[in-house]
Amino acid sequence: MAREYETVIGLEVHVELATKTKIFCGCSTEFGGEPNTHTCPVCTGMPGSLPVLNKQVVEYAMAVGLAANCQIHQKCKFDRKNYFYPDNPQNYQISQLYLPICHDGWVEIETEDGKKKVGIHEIHMEEDAGKLIHDDWEDCSLVDYNRSGVPLIEIVSEPDMRSAQEVIAYLDKLRTIIQYLGASDCKLQEGSMRADVNLSVREKGSDTFGTRTEMKNLNSFKAIARAIEGERERQIDLLEDGQAVVQETRRWDDNKECSYPMRSKEDAQDYRYFPDPDLVPVIISDEWIADIKSRQPELRTEKLERYKKEFDIPQYDAEILTSSKKLADIFEASAAICQKPKKVSNWLMGEALRLLKEHNQEPEDLNFSPENLAKLIQLADEGTINNKVAKEVFEKIYSENIDPKQYVEEHGLKSVSDEGALRSVIEEIVAANPQSVEDYKGGKKKAIGFLVGQTMKAMKGKADPGAVNKILQEVLEK
Amino acid sequence: MANIISDETIEYVGILSKLELSDQEKEQAKKDMGRMLDYIDMLNELDTSQVEPMSHVFPVHNVFREDVVVNQDQRDEILVNAPEQKDGQFQVPKTVE
Amino acid sequence: MDVQSLTAVRLGEKIKKKELSAVEAAQAAFAQIAACEKTYHCYVTVEEEKAMEQAEQVQKKIDEGQLTGPLAGVPVAIKDNMCTKGILTTCSSRILGNFVPTYTAEAVKCLEKAGAVILGKTNMDEFAMGSTTETSYYGVTRNPWNPEHVPGGSSGGSSAAVAAGECFYALGSDTGGSIRQPSSFCGVTGMKPTYGTISRYGLIAYGSSLDQIGPVAKDVADCAAILEILAVHDPKDSTSVKREDTDFTSALTGDVKGMKVGIPRDYLGEGLDSQVKETVLKAARSLEFQGAQVEEFDLSLVEYAIPAYYVIASAEASSNLSRFDGIKYGYRTEDYEGLHNMYKKTRSEGFGEEVKRRIMLGSFVLSSGYYDAYYLKALRTKALIKQAFDKAFEKYDVILGPTAPSTAPKLGESLEDPLKMYLGDIYTVSVNLAGLPAMSVPYGIDSQGLPIGVQLIGDSFQEKKIFRAGYGLEQAREDQDLLAPVLRKEGR
Repeated sequence: MAREYETVIGLEVHVELATKTKIFCGCSTEFGGEPNTHTCPVCTGMPGSLPVLNKQVVEYAMAVGLAANCQIHQKCKFDRKNYFYPDNPQNYQISQLYLPICHDGWVEIETEDGKKKVGIHEIHMEEDAGKLIHDDWEDCSLVDYNRSGVPLIEIVSEPDMRSAQEVIAYLDKLRTIIQYLGASDCKLQEGSMRADVNLSVREKGSDTFGTRTEMKNLNSFKAIARAIEGERERQIDLLEDGQAVVQETRRWDDNKECSYPMRSKEDAQDYRYFPDPDLVPVIISDEWIADIKSRQPELRTEKLERYKKEFDIPQYDAEILTSSKKLADIFEASAAICQKPKKVSNWLMGEALRLLKEHNQEPEDLNFSPENLAKLIQLADEGTINNKVAKEVFEKIYSENIDPKQYVEEHGLKSVSDEGALRSVIEEIVAANPQSVEDYKGGKKKAIGFLVGQTMKAMKGKADPGAVNKILQEVLEK
Repeated sequence: MANIISDETIEYVGILSKLELSDQEKEQAKKDMGRMLDYIDMLNELDTSQVEPMSHVFPVHNVFREDVVVNQDQRDEILVNAPEQKDGQFQVPKTVE
Repeated sequence: MDVQSLTAVRLGEKIKKKELSAVEAAQAAFAQIAACEKTYHCYVTVEEEKAMEQAEQVQKKIDEGQLTGPLAGVPVAIKDNMCTKGILTTCSSRILGNFVPTYTAEAVKCLEKAGAVILGKTNMDEFAMGSTTETSYYGVTRNPWNPEHVPGGSSGGSSAAVAAGECFYALGSDTGGSIRQPSSFCGVTGMKPTYGTISRYGLIAYGSSLDQIGPVAKDVADCAAILEILAVHDPKDSTSVKREDTDFTSALTGDVKGMKVGIPRDYLGEGLDSQVKETVLKAARSLEFQGAQVEEFDLSLVEYAIPAYYVIASAEASSNLSRFDGIKYGYRTEDYEGLHNMYKKTRSEGFGEEVKRRIMLGSFVLSSGYYDAYYLKALRTKALIKQAFDKAFEKYDVILGPTAPSTAPKLGESLEDPLKMYLGDIYTVSVNLAGLPAMSVPYGIDSQGLPIGVQLIGDSFQEKKIFRAGYGLEQAREDQDLLAPVLRKEGR
């Protein structure tokens, strides 16, 4: 009988913090500048330069730790992790090994199998590396240090997950927490959230862990799911063949759907950590912790409950709306302006999500102002535009954040509800379609639908459907 | 000499510190390091079991920067000493196979 | 008296009184450099053109009343491990042979603000690793008292330049005695302040937890005046300390009455040259004669400071020097195959023997399996050494002892046996481990005609006590102007 295996997974999640400046110098963290334009002697490892810690990094790290039920090390320190690589300008990375800022926390996840706690071993602060671009023509690589020194937190979980589904639920949970705190936008594609997967397999029922591998280069939930499946199979195949799993770091190639060992013999993986003598300890007082707690914004669970109570939004809708901080922010802001929370919810749940899916985007990418959505709802409610036009206008708001009022005005999209004008068009339509009129009078009340359609067509969609119906009936009943 | 440094150890230290030694230099390095470690082993005479390792001599802590951008673009200065550069970047031997 | 023989403070006074201009002072320095540099080789880089320009600007500011400090217009030499914008900064290493920084070390900036004129960059042991200035890639520096002898190190170029009158004062750096020992060997006064007193920003790190910049000058008053300029809190250096008691010159009273001076018995034992010992005891008698209470005591742990120091300094150095990799600045090897080969060849060709020795030792003591046994053990030993000093300073205002076990050795004698050379740091390294201030004051000349310095060690932030005792010693010294032969009239 084939043996049954269990997958044991732990995650190392790196999150780029949303600070304005780097962790140890006053360079901007803004994305997308020309190479090396956001650099200085500190973040390029110039001789004699020294790091000074950005206070905001500590506060974000604490906030995430507290939200993830962690203990805070009230004396924490930075250590140097020594290894040579061109994206690492000092050839050591400033990180935390011996006394990370947060430890021993947990988050609760929910999958089809129910609720479960995933332990958080620690959260530490560290600096990001620069970017390497490979120049195939010149057979060389080029280094850009704009990202070098961007602050990261690394969230290390316990090996508590057993499936790709749990891993994704865990990542989603972390992402929501961190986005709600405003500590990061957590975009996997852009690399502001990155997950390394530590995976081992063992026979079901065993209580010892198998040898684990670490998988890097996973930049979407789908890639993570595929990599977990692929690595699980690779390890089981090895074991079934009577071979051993080697503890190593592997790089996932999502196109080829397989992984490769990453290191050569020149990488000893002996990082010679020691306390960084250039940085002094961070002492975190009870008052500081209390202050961070008191400034903590409303997190998802609280928000969800409030939406149900305050706005009378059903559970499912509240879950969707709060699944992303961005979505929730837009919802609340729009609702506050137009005072019609249900309508705002409908627009977001319907059109907004549809368009996101169509454009293969995430709610964090939503880029329109709540004022414009509120205005749109107002216009539709007043009957200034009809539903069909409203949807078109929303697409414009979604893509270009236009002012709907101005747009409707400029493009002549207002509904025509002027009785005189409508009546004459309708009289023409009725005259031109005797068959339909006969059907209607013969009892086929549905035939009116065709006439309404014809009227709308003639009015280029701008007629107020209510008015059309009313006048049409009057004309037909004559 | 109590500390005998093996060929493997010297090879390993060479990888860690990115230094390439000739055979002759290796022999000398093995001798020097062994002798130095013998000398350092003197520290074992001290009972330090009750002592915390001291990395900073003074109790200075919580030295922070505010999160304010102060640096402007200084790319030209950053690159001016680079042995090789291209398109505003540092040029290095290819890092992937 | 010749201009070159003036102390920095006296030259500053003359410039202030318009007896001499900043330009003339710089000219005098360059004349001396032209006359002596061939013999002593104190500098890696001499920047005459820039210095003369700077001297003119400084003089203009003095004339306009913008610069009024005691050292305005006084020419200075900077150890070549401090970054100077637009001036080559090599650390006396091949690997930085073409490195021209785009920023200036904070300490040098402080001097420039006070009206200093920078003459050039002084020679040193490569990356400050050595005690003789013989490990420089750019050739040895010779002792102005006798060119057959070393000037000490690693700030040998700075000390020799002051002794030879090739500058009026200099900046050195001290990780394990690198200011005090060459100052002793060259008959000049050198001080390492309390850790954190002078910004390390722009100082190319050797052992970051031990490194401290300090003045090298002709006398105690100069050192106090220079330190007043340098002791400024720097937000760019996290280990920089905010200090308020920085009016160091106020301690130059000449009155040592009632000071409690301790002489560690363990500093006078085996290994100490008898003439050096005699000089220390003579200094002790002088302080006593002037009204200080002097007694011997047991400091303890003295012999453990060197092994602890070499573990900590080498470990930090192995990491600090990993940034020299041929990518961002400095030397890159000509021929290589791939990245790792480029790293290895660049570093093997770029670093000298002593630097490689310490990088390898440092990498080893930090490596997996040895960290606790070596590195943490050394940090624990450091804590014990600090405790021993704390105990001593409960009783004494200052500690008096030798700076080095002997006077300057002959060129070529020290490098043969690295371990023996390391033992020469026995009286200086513990001060760095404990972060304390200490000063070497010339106090005698041995039978070979080489100067002997005595060391005064103070508790953290107690530089004033050191200056007070040091100034007292200096005032009562038999030979008032302990000048190198090259600066003495009869010597030329």
